[in-house]
Amino acid sequence: MTWDWQFFLNDDGSGRTYLQWMLSAWGWTVSVAACAWVVSVLVGFLMGTLRTLPNSPWLVRLANVWVELFRNIPLLVQIFLWYFVVPKIFPPLKSVPGFTLVVLALGFFTSARIAEQVRAGIQALPKGQRYAGMAMGFSTAQTYRYVILPMAFRIILPPLTSESMNLLKNSSVAFAVSIAELTMYAMQVQEETSRGVEVYLAVTFLYAISAFAVNRVFAFIEKKVQIPGFIVAGGTGGGH
Amino acid sequence: MKKQLIALAVLLAAGLAQADDTIAKVKASGSVTMGVRDSSGALSYTLGDGKYAGFHYEVCQHIIANLEKAVGKKLEVKYLPVTSQNRIPLVQNGTVDIECGSTTNNAARQKDVAFALTTYVEEVRIAVKANSGITSIAQLNGRNVATTTGTTSVQLLRKHERATGVDFKEVFGKDHADSFLLLESGRADAFVMDGQILAGNIATAKNPADYKIVGEVLSVEPIAIMLRKDDPAFKKLADDTIRDMIKTGEMAKTYDKWFVQPIPPKNTRVGLPASEATKAAWANPNDKPVEDYMKK
Repeated sequence: MTWDWQFFLNDDGSGRTYLQWMLSAWGWTVSVAACAWVVSVLVGFLMGTLRTLPNSPWLVRLANVWVELFRNIPLLVQIFLWYFVVPKIFPPLKSVPGFTLVVLALGFFTSARIAEQVRAGIQALPKGQRYAGMAMGFSTAQTYRYVILPMAFRIILPPLTSESMNLLKNSSVAFAVSIAELTMYAMQVQEETSRGVEVYLAVTFLYAISAFAVNRVFAFIEKKVQIPGFIVAGGTGGGH
Repeated sequence: MKKQLIALAVLLAAGLAQADDTIAKVKASGSVTMGVRDSSGALSYTLGDGKYAGFHYEVCQHIIANLEKAVGKKLEVKYLPVTSQNRIPLVQNGTVDIECGSTTNNAARQKDVAFALTTYVEEVRIAVKANSGITSIAQLNGRNVATTTGTTSVQLLRKHERATGVDFKEVFGKDHADSFLLLESGRADAFVMDGQILAGNIATAKNPADYKIVGEVLSVEPIAIMLRKDDPAFKKLADDTIRDMIKTGEMAKTYDKWFVQPIPPKNTRVGLPASEATKAAWANPNDKPVEDYMKK
């Protein structure tokens, strides 16, 4: 087979080139992922924290239901539920744009996974940390704010990095609700130009560098917030 | 060791040389691989259980019957479901010997693959809800128009928008069923797609009377069976089979069977008698790409 990259400079029929279209599609992918990331981290930390509260069984149950609900339904199915089924039950939701729906769907799905990591991070801390907070006279909220969460956050940074990269790649499901992002671009343009391999290579490259950029940002954060002597940032191991 | 390597190299070279000659290839392997589609309307679709059916599927059965005569033995027919994304590479690299789906014959693809004579000419139309009062594309200004990602209709709408200044709000379904759901659920006011796909979706809808196909024909596209490039012997065999089917009336009968009569699995009718364009393609068998149709 012969390579042909020049079609990227061809007009797609609406006055822009396929290259410009691809960059715009990249923008949509990044926007969906960024907005969904904010939703997922906020909700994920909230739900993960709730799951570990010592004296609030109902809040714990609520958070458990949240996690199991969003974790056990396939992502694409969730997107369809939000797009087609929920508006049927609540007609006003029909006017909500697809972008908002997909950000919420992707955000909630990922939040369930982040919640589990947050819970694991909190439970990985020695019980003494919580007791120390109590001994200082902190309320539960203060214990979490000043003692537990800052430590848990550092523990879960590596899985949170993976999750954020996953989120970026999962944003490809947005094509199913008519967001003109990279996956939709790839499916559409390979049909229009018959240059499938080139299109998919270009799109793969953009996904890869976006995910790698996320990785680098997190590596930077991890380095900045590391506490000497606490866990193994930098791979020194042990430490005792 | 060296001898074995040379033997291997010779075998490989023979294999490569054979790859372009489908008739010799199937004669040697005793099997032929047919590329089929899961849901390309009545042209090619699955019945489940690895069984396939459709108009192009049946035309291909005729071609394979003649292929068996040419090689002088019974062939094992393997079916491989293909998608819009992988059908061309799979034909090029020899995985699929004959693709019987709904591939538009266009100039860009002719650089990579060959097409048998056009057996079906698709007309792109508009489906709307029967009570919407929409009768032409001009009325779609400012409305939501659904179409399916990965089809030429998307490009068609874009071009039309630019040429006429009509402003659609496009919504894209991930497949035809999804696009039809957009129309059904009211997220879209119209669904622009190949006529037979619209007709097929309407036929299997909960209430077919709620929908109708309206307006002008937006574009015509020749749909053909796809073969490997630079394989004149096999192309001639396929073309001759198609010419023969047209001459004996078998083509029209087969068309009628899939597009007018009730078809499995649900025994619904597509209800789309052969268009003038399709009849013209049968009257003058040709393998012109879509670009030649636009010039007219």
